[in-house]
Amino acid sequence: MRAVVRIAAWLYAIAVYGFIFLPVVVLVLFSLQATSFPIPPFTGPSLRWYQAVLSDTRLTSALVNSLLVAVLSSLASVTLGFLSAWGFARFVLPGSALLRGLITLPLTVSYLIIGMGLLVLFNWAGVPKSLLAAGIGHVVINLPLCFAIIYSQMGDHQINIERAARDLGAPEWKVLLMITVPVMAPAIFAGFFLSMTFSWDEFVISFLLTRFETTLPVEIWNLLRSGLNPKTNAVGSLVFAVSVVLVVFFELTLLLRKPA
Amino acid sequence: MSAPLVDIRNVSHRFGQLPVLKNVSLAIEPGSYTILLGPSGSGKTTLLSILGGFVTPSEGKVFIRGADCTAVPPARRPTTTVFQDYALFPHMSVGGNVGFGLRMQGVDGATRAAKAREALALVGLAAAFDKKPHQLSGGQRQRVALARALVIEPAVLLLDEPLGALDLKLRRQMQDELKAIQKRVGTAFVHVTHDQEEAMALADHCVVMNDGRIEDEGSPERVYARPKTRFSATFMGESTIVAGKAGASRDGRVTVTTELGPISLPGASTVGAALALAIRPEHLVLGDTKGDVALGTAKVSDVVFQGSFKRVLATSVQDPALQFMAKAPASAIVQPGDTTAVSCNAQDIILLAD
Repeated sequence: MRAVVRIAAWLYAIAVYGFIFLPVVVLVLFSLQATSFPIPPFTGPSLRWYQAVLSDTRLTSALVNSLLVAVLSSLASVTLGFLSAWGFARFVLPGSALLRGLITLPLTVSYLIIGMGLLVLFNWAGVPKSLLAAGIGHVVINLPLCFAIIYSQMGDHQINIERAARDLGAPEWKVLLMITVPVMAPAIFAGFFLSMTFSWDEFVISFLLTRFETTLPVEIWNLLRSGLNPKTNAVGSLVFAVSVVLVVFFELTLLLRKPA
Repeated sequence: MSAPLVDIRNVSHRFGQLPVLKNVSLAIEPGSYTILLGPSGSGKTTLLSILGGFVTPSEGKVFIRGADCTAVPPARRPTTTVFQDYALFPHMSVGGNVGFGLRMQGVDGATRAAKAREALALVGLAAAFDKKPHQLSGGQRQRVALARALVIEPAVLLLDEPLGALDLKLRRQMQDELKAIQKRVGTAFVHVTHDQEEAMALADHCVVMNDGRIEDEGSPERVYARPKTRFSATFMGESTIVAGKAGASRDGRVTVTTELGPISLPGASTVGAALALAIRPEHLVLGDTKGDVALGTAKVSDVVFQGSFKRVLATSVQDPALQFMAKAPASAIVQPGDTTAVSCNAQDIILLAD
């Protein structure tokens, strides 16, 4: 009886992981297809579709755009998130709990709603559809995340460390730059890499807010409109690989943190 | 008379509605070691925070070197603090920690390193310059915090329960070192503690605080031998307290009516005033009446052997509410359940208003 339960548990685990990872495995596998259709039988392995992706200037420039938007919007998110977390952790503000709730609220709103809202707002304000507009959209979704991560790591034991710096003559901006930021570095890096991950494969907001120059997920969507082919698999695999690298960085910064 | 280094004038402070300091005035002399002694909640840490600039008092003024520092932020006043949790910068080396204050003053790197090494040598940690704080033991971190605070040559060094986190042996050892370092650098130290032994060992000037007020202040010898209040008599060392009422005063002696009978001792008081007589454990004599004041008989309830002496607790037969606390020689033959006479000498009794 116990053996049956064990086997059932294993089967269940395999089914769950298969369900999660099979699409990715299929995607990566058929990106190595030698022939023109990403359907069985597998004819590879071949790197011809990766070559096709990297020689497609539309895709490569979209890739550069995506990286640019991810890095810059994540920098903005993490800076603003850090400053607001510091403000909430160190000062007594009226309605602090309510304001903290408001700042994390965008986490619960769908990207579609945020994208539409920004579209209407930018239209009204005369901001043209552009990578900048998409970047601002990414700051809107990632700032609450960075805030939540950094705020959760800002403990009371750092208060005396900041006090000691002030006591030794440091002006407030030096306390922030020389003490608080280095002490909070693990949380700051974690916030940065997670923002990068989310910005990197974000589609809806970029789709709504960009026009001529666009990001990689939007360009992939353009590619898909003309039907499936191993090139889409190849570019999808590239996106996935970058995401994996970013998530690994995120986990490393958060998990390998030295106890203070 | 020279002006005091620090002059705290009529300082009161409230946290919200809660008064934590009530009209406190205190002068600190240059080069002195001042101990603020009191139980938790007595306001001693708040007073230290006010000196350090971390708290601005609700009322009153603080003068340091004659300048009004009441609202001057910590960065711009000539005080530094050694925090209870040391508050070392975890991402900097020990040398970086100690040199931080000089760096903020714009001192160049080479001078900074030299002075930091000097300060570390002063606290006996010359070899730790390149280490990180997490590689050091608690006692070593404590010394780094001390060196970091001393290196910028403050007018006053503030120490917030600096020995609280150390084990007893290390505490006594650090205590001796603190005193030696203070004498060597000659900086005024203000040290907060609830440990009366620490206070007696370190203080030039001992300030006993309770409930937001200064109960007593002076040399530790004076505060111990002649405490001014009942609180001070029981907090700074132990005392047996006998309650009584003042009778007639004549020729510099007063007769006090107690449950143990009338006791005549040097002093004066208005007739009918409620008084407390405090007697230190080492002044109580057990067994055949040897002192000139008989305190009745008592039943021994507990004997604790302390090595060099025996601590004896006994309940008065005449007044069961009265507990005697006596120090008997280590060789004394005394056991719980014994009934013994208690006496003392009139000049050892401390007369306090109740």
